[in-house]
Amino acid sequence: MNGPVETTTRHRFTLAQYWICLSGIVWREGLRFIHQRERFISALVRPLVWLFIFAAGFRQVLGVSIIPPYETYVLYEVYIAPGLIAMIQLFNGMQSSLTMVYDRETGGMRTLLVSPFPRWWLLTSKLLAGTMVSILQVYAFLLIAWFWDIEVPPVGYFMVIPALLLCGFMLGALGMLISSLIKQLENFAGVMNFVIFPMFFASSALYPLWRVKESSPFLYYVCEANPFTHATELIRFALYGKVEWVSLLVVAGCAVVFLCGAIVAYDPSRGFLARRGGPAG
Amino acid sequence: MGRRDRFEVNDGTIPINPAGLTEAPALDVEGVGHRYGARVALQDVSLTVRPASFTVLLGLNGAGKSTLFSLITRLYAIRAGTIRILGHDVGREPGAALSRLGVVFQSRALDADISVQQNLIYHAALHGIGRRQADEQITRVLTLVDLTDRRRERVSNLSGGQMRRVEIARALLHQPKLLLLDEPTVGLDIKARADIVGHVRRLLATGIGVLWATHLIDEVGDGDDVVVLHNGRVLAKGSVSDVVAAAETPDIGSAFTKLTQTEIDNAAETGS
Repeated sequence: MNGPVETTTRHRFTLAQYWICLSGIVWREGLRFIHQRERFISALVRPLVWLFIFAAGFRQVLGVSIIPPYETYVLYEVYIAPGLIAMIQLFNGMQSSLTMVYDRETGGMRTLLVSPFPRWWLLTSKLLAGTMVSILQVYAFLLIAWFWDIEVPPVGYFMVIPALLLCGFMLGALGMLISSLIKQLENFAGVMNFVIFPMFFASSALYPLWRVKESSPFLYYVCEANPFTHATELIRFALYGKVEWVSLLVVAGCAVVFLCGAIVAYDPSRGFLARRGGPAG
Repeated sequence: MGRRDRFEVNDGTIPINPAGLTEAPALDVEGVGHRYGARVALQDVSLTVRPASFTVLLGLNGAGKSTLFSLITRLYAIRAGTIRILGHDVGREPGAALSRLGVVFQSRALDADISVQQNLIYHAALHGIGRRQADEQITRVLTLVDLTDRRRERVSNLSGGQMRRVEIARALLHQPKLLLLDEPTVGLDIKARADIVGHVRRLLATGIGVLWATHLIDEVGDGDDVVVLHNGRVLAKGSVSDVVAAAETPDIGSAFTKLTQTEIDNAAETGS
C-alpha cells in the first residue's frame, strides 16, 4: 500500500508553537527540579555554609571599606551575599551541563535534538529553563539570608531579576559549551577543578578587587577579566537598585559568545559530537 | 516504479499525482557514507522504506545501524549522500523532515521521575503541540499501545516492556509518517518482545512506514522488506523472499548468516 502524503516543502512553526516549545522545556526542567529535592537542598546548602560559617569566621579578619554600590560600611556577610548568589547560578549552570552530558549518554538529549524546531531555539530554551531554576534557588537563598539579617532595599529584590536572568543565561551557556566538550560523565570532575573553582576564587565574590590589587596586581587583572566577577558585580549593583554598565556589557557579550559557541558545538554539521566515536550497532 | 512513473515530477525528487499528493517513499537513503576519523562506519548505503511497510534493518552489533539512525535523525551531519523523509531532504529541510519522523532510540530516553502523561506532554511541546491537542493525542497513542490505564503512572513504576511501549506512543504522538526503532526489544523478555513487535506491526494499517533495526532474526516477518547491513555496507536488500532466493538458502536466518559469514571470510582473506 502506497498511501498518498502531502507535498509541503517548507515547514514553518508559528510564534505560538515556539512559545509552546519553550514553555514545555521550562516546565519539564521545573518538574525535574521538584522531583530532585537533593539537588535543591545541595544548591542551598553550599552558599549557606559559606554564609554561616566562612563569613562568620572571616568577619573580623576582612574589613570592607565603603565601595559602590554600598553607601556605608557593610558586614562581610552582606558583602559576599551577591557572590554567593552568583555561585548558586554558576553551580546551577554546571549542573545543567552535567545533566546534558548525562542526557547525552542515556539518550534524553536525543529526544530534544530530534525535535523539528531549530536547534538554536531548543538550546536557548533549555538554557532559559535552567536559568529559571537557578532563580528559584536564588530567591530561596535570599529568604534564608533575610532571616540572617542580610537585607537589601525592597526594590533590589525586583531589580535583581533581569541581572539574574542575564547572569544565569551566561553561566548556563558556558556550562552548555563545556558539556559539548566532555565526552563522558567521569570527565566532569575536571570541570570542577578547572572551571568552577578558578572562576569563583579569582573574582570579586569573596573580596573586593582593590584588596586583590594590593596583594597582586597580576591577579587583579585576572579577576577583572573573569566574567564571573562581572556577574557578581551586576548582581551586587542590581540588589541595590543600580546598574553596573561595564559588567552588564561584559556579561551580555559573554552570554552571546558562549551561546553561539554552544550552538556551533551542537550543530551536527560543525559541532564536536559527530567527530567522536559512534554509537554501537 | 511503475506507479511512480504515472505522476508528474516537481523538482525531480517528489512525484506528484493529480490531486497534489505525493507517492514519495517514507524514507529514501541514497549513497550515504559516514566516517569517525579514519574509521569508515557507513559506505554507500542506499535503502528505501515504503509507506505502510515494515522494513527490517538487519545487522550485527557494530554494523552501522545506530550511525545510520543518527544520520537520519540529523544528530550527525550527512557528509556523503542524501536522506529524504517523505521527499524532504534531512540536510536541507530538517524541520519538515523531522516533523514527519518518530524515533525510538536504543537507549531508553524517558524521564523516570515523572508520569507517562508528563513525558508525553513534554514531547508534544517539542513538536509545537499545545496542551489541549496533546491531551487528545495522548489518549490516542496510549490506546494504540494499550497503556491508557497507566497514563498517570510514574515511569519508574513501569516494566521494561511498558516503558518501551510508552516510547513508541511518544514517537507516534505527532502523527509521523515514518517510525524508526533502533533495537527496541533489547533487554525485554519473550512476551514483552512479542507485544512490542505486534503493536508496531498493527500500526502499518495507519499508513506509516517502519524501519526496525535489529540483530534478532525472529523479528523478521514473511511479508517484510529486509536490508542486511554489515561493516557499514548493504549486503542485500529487498523482500524476505528475494533476499532468501539471492542467498540460495532455505530461510532468512540462514541467508543472514551466509551473507555476513562470507563477508567475514573475505575480510580475513584480504587481511582487512
